[in-house]
Amino acid sequence: MSATTPSLLKRITPQLIILAVVLGLNVLVFPDFFDVSFRNGRIFGNLVDVFNRGAPVALLCIGMTLVIATKGIDLSVGAVMAIAGATAASLVTEGHGWGTALIGALATGLLCGLWNGVLVAVLRIQPIVATLVLMVAGRGIAQLITEGTILTFNNEGLIRLGAGTVLGIPTPIVIWLALGTLATLAVRRTALGMLIEAIGVNEASSRLAGINSRVLLICVYLASGLCAALAGVIVAADIKGADANNAGLWLELDAILAVVIGGNSLLGGRFSIVASLIGALIIQSVNSVILLSGMPPEFNLVIKALLILAILVIQSPKIGHLIYMLRASGPESLPERPKPAPSKAPGDSTS
Amino acid sequence: MKSRRPMTDQPPLLHASGISKFFPGAVALDEVELKLYPGEVHALLGENGAGKSTLIKCLTGAYRRDGGVIRLAGAEVDPKSTADAQDLGIGTVYQEVNLLPNLTVAENLFMGRQPTRFGLVNRRAMNRAAAEVLEGYGLQIDPGEPLTRYSVAVQQVIAIARAVAMSGKVLILDEPTASLDRDEVELLFGVIRQLKERGLAIVFITHFLDQVFEISDRATVLRNGRVVGERLLAEVSQHDIITLMLGRQLEARVSEKKGGTPGELLLQVNDLAKRGMIEPFSLDLHRGEVVGLAGLLGSGRTESASLLFGAVQADQGKLLLEGRETRITNPREAIAHRFALCPEDRKTDGIVGDLSVRDNIILALQARQGWMRPIPRAKVNEIAEHYVKALDIRLASLDMPIRLLSGGNQQKALLARWLATEPEFLILDEPTRGIDVGAHAEIIALIETLRENGMALLVASSELEELVAYSTRVVVLRDRRQVKELSGDEITADNIVAAIADEERGAA
Repeated sequence: MSATTPSLLKRITPQLIILAVVLGLNVLVFPDFFDVSFRNGRIFGNLVDVFNRGAPVALLCIGMTLVIATKGIDLSVGAVMAIAGATAASLVTEGHGWGTALIGALATGLLCGLWNGVLVAVLRIQPIVATLVLMVAGRGIAQLITEGTILTFNNEGLIRLGAGTVLGIPTPIVIWLALGTLATLAVRRTALGMLIEAIGVNEASSRLAGINSRVLLICVYLASGLCAALAGVIVAADIKGADANNAGLWLELDAILAVVIGGNSLLGGRFSIVASLIGALIIQSVNSVILLSGMPPEFNLVIKALLILAILVIQSPKIGHLIYMLRASGPESLPERPKPAPSKAPGDSTS
Repeated sequence: MKSRRPMTDQPPLLHASGISKFFPGAVALDEVELKLYPGEVHALLGENGAGKSTLIKCLTGAYRRDGGVIRLAGAEVDPKSTADAQDLGIGTVYQEVNLLPNLTVAENLFMGRQPTRFGLVNRRAMNRAAAEVLEGYGLQIDPGEPLTRYSVAVQQVIAIARAVAMSGKVLILDEPTASLDRDEVELLFGVIRQLKERGLAIVFITHFLDQVFEISDRATVLRNGRVVGERLLAEVSQHDIITLMLGRQLEARVSEKKGGTPGELLLQVNDLAKRGMIEPFSLDLHRGEVVGLAGLLGSGRTESASLLFGAVQADQGKLLLEGRETRITNPREAIAHRFALCPEDRKTDGIVGDLSVRDNIILALQARQGWMRPIPRAKVNEIAEHYVKALDIRLASLDMPIRLLSGGNQQKALLARWLATEPEFLILDEPTRGIDVGAHAEIIALIETLRENGMALLVASSELEELVAYSTRVVVLRDRRQVKELSGDEITADNIVAAIADEERGAA
């Protein structure tokens, strides 16, 4: 567990460096990037936008980090966003208050998480397949809720969740920072983090050590569903409407990418929510560079892909090992990457 | 079993000597010698983990050996891959048939060396040649049919035919009979006898001793990576071979009998069973007592341990804990009743490789406390450091991932994990497998200490000398059935071997 500050800092240093570099690129293409102004009781600025626009992916990657730590994956989060947005929108258009709408949306998210969790933990379906079901079906469900239209609404309270401010700070930023902090505390101040990591590394051993892996697995998918629902509400509130087809489209991939850029292994085990959140910021900063550079929009996806590729190459074990070798000055510290162990244990049975 | 002509006057066809192989933290093979004579079936015997597989892999180039010389027909060879070994004349057939099920019999036989005409595969010639080859093995089948049309035994023979055609000097059969029924075994043995006549040197690996005596001329027995004996099978009995496999240089050590008398009754097991896994199993266990579980591989040792720990659920029988009937349906419940299990397969069921040694040690205790009540950091360190010292776990730091530790130290860390939960009933499944000699002795001493402190222990082991040394009683298993319970002076390696072997003959 990296609960102590110095080891956390060490863990997220690569992500911080990359973030700094990408933000630097932003300044290159748009010198006033870091300017922050305060008008009409709200802070403005490109940096603020990065934090604000990055909110959905940031929220998604909190849950996704936990799921991936258990060696799972949740492909359905984008669709769950659409369902939650549709639920919230339909509740307020039916005349319910924004509080009811929010709770209804979150409950839907939890229900989706429960569905995924049961498929994975109880029925033992591979996570990628299990969550694919809801990824495909989810948009259909959202369309059923919105009855095939883009459901617009004018509920002030709900809109404030996406476009409002708290103490001058856009609400989405407050929400993801708060949830990120809460989640980090929840996994690191309790034993949850270690138990989740143990399941991700070796579920058989963990079960024999008395960990209730089934319940924990369901819990991480619940968390992922909840995060996705919150992201869905924010996106719907932002555009004052629920678009079943486009809300959260492909965001599951951005969320997975954020987790990976955050240095978390897709094979499960050790994880850091903070690093994933920085990963989400990196992705949004990349989006920002492309926007601010004024490049024709048809280049956007290709450039984003190239930037992401560059980030992943820099983070790859090969390059990391190279850097380690270059820096290696003495044997006093153990190498991070051990020599590859033989694929078979000594004297593996013939049976 | 007639007409067995020892051919020791001939030079060996394959002579491997001084073969050594090291894995991190363990010696898998220690100066192993293997002599294969032409026209002989040579059984390679040993318990799980004795090094049979590793030896075969070194001979066929699947592993790089760390030492030793292989001579084939007098000339030194150095196979670098299985393909290399094949070219040299060493062919291997594995238990899981290594053929391509979607291709025809003929294609499987000639894969990679199909007869061609004008650069195209000449199917007709290939099928004809295949039919001829297979007829030589007494198989009259249509080689144009897909492989999956035929039974595993036939596929096995096809695999052998392919290996013989490709290699033709040494044939290694790795558990070829594991999934065959009696008639199929006969078919296979017919083929083996025929190949013997043709002068091949054949290595036969199996766990079925009856089959060893039926088909083999000579046996090499491995234990813990060392050769413990080479015997002409005409000159020895099954009893002798089992003794060699399980080991015993122990008559002297039995004398120091365990001090102290067992305490009160802790656990009563009444006819606990699981269909297909273990027959009804009964056992009384007292505090301050070590009950050993003996038996050959597959006799039900691990299954009994898993059943008691709730890792698998019993479908009949009762468990009484201090006289009260208790149902244990999963490991969590077992742990709540202060049970602990150190599993046989350390790597897949024991360690959580990427987590630190500290996390691994605290895992079971933390899991029992629940996630809501994290054990304070200071307390975690105190517990971990205590056991690192008490069990002499060698590590660079508590923060290092446990997978970097050697086998013996991993085992000790796992013991620490369970001792930290202060169990009343500790199940150890093969606690000394694959660990170095020093750690071995320490773990045996630890078992003794734990017993003296009043813990009830159940220890499954294939090391007879060990069982004799620390057990107050020994339960012998055979064919997933409890066949004998030995106590007091009855506990000798001879008696255990006799209990295993008697049944061995009865089952033949």
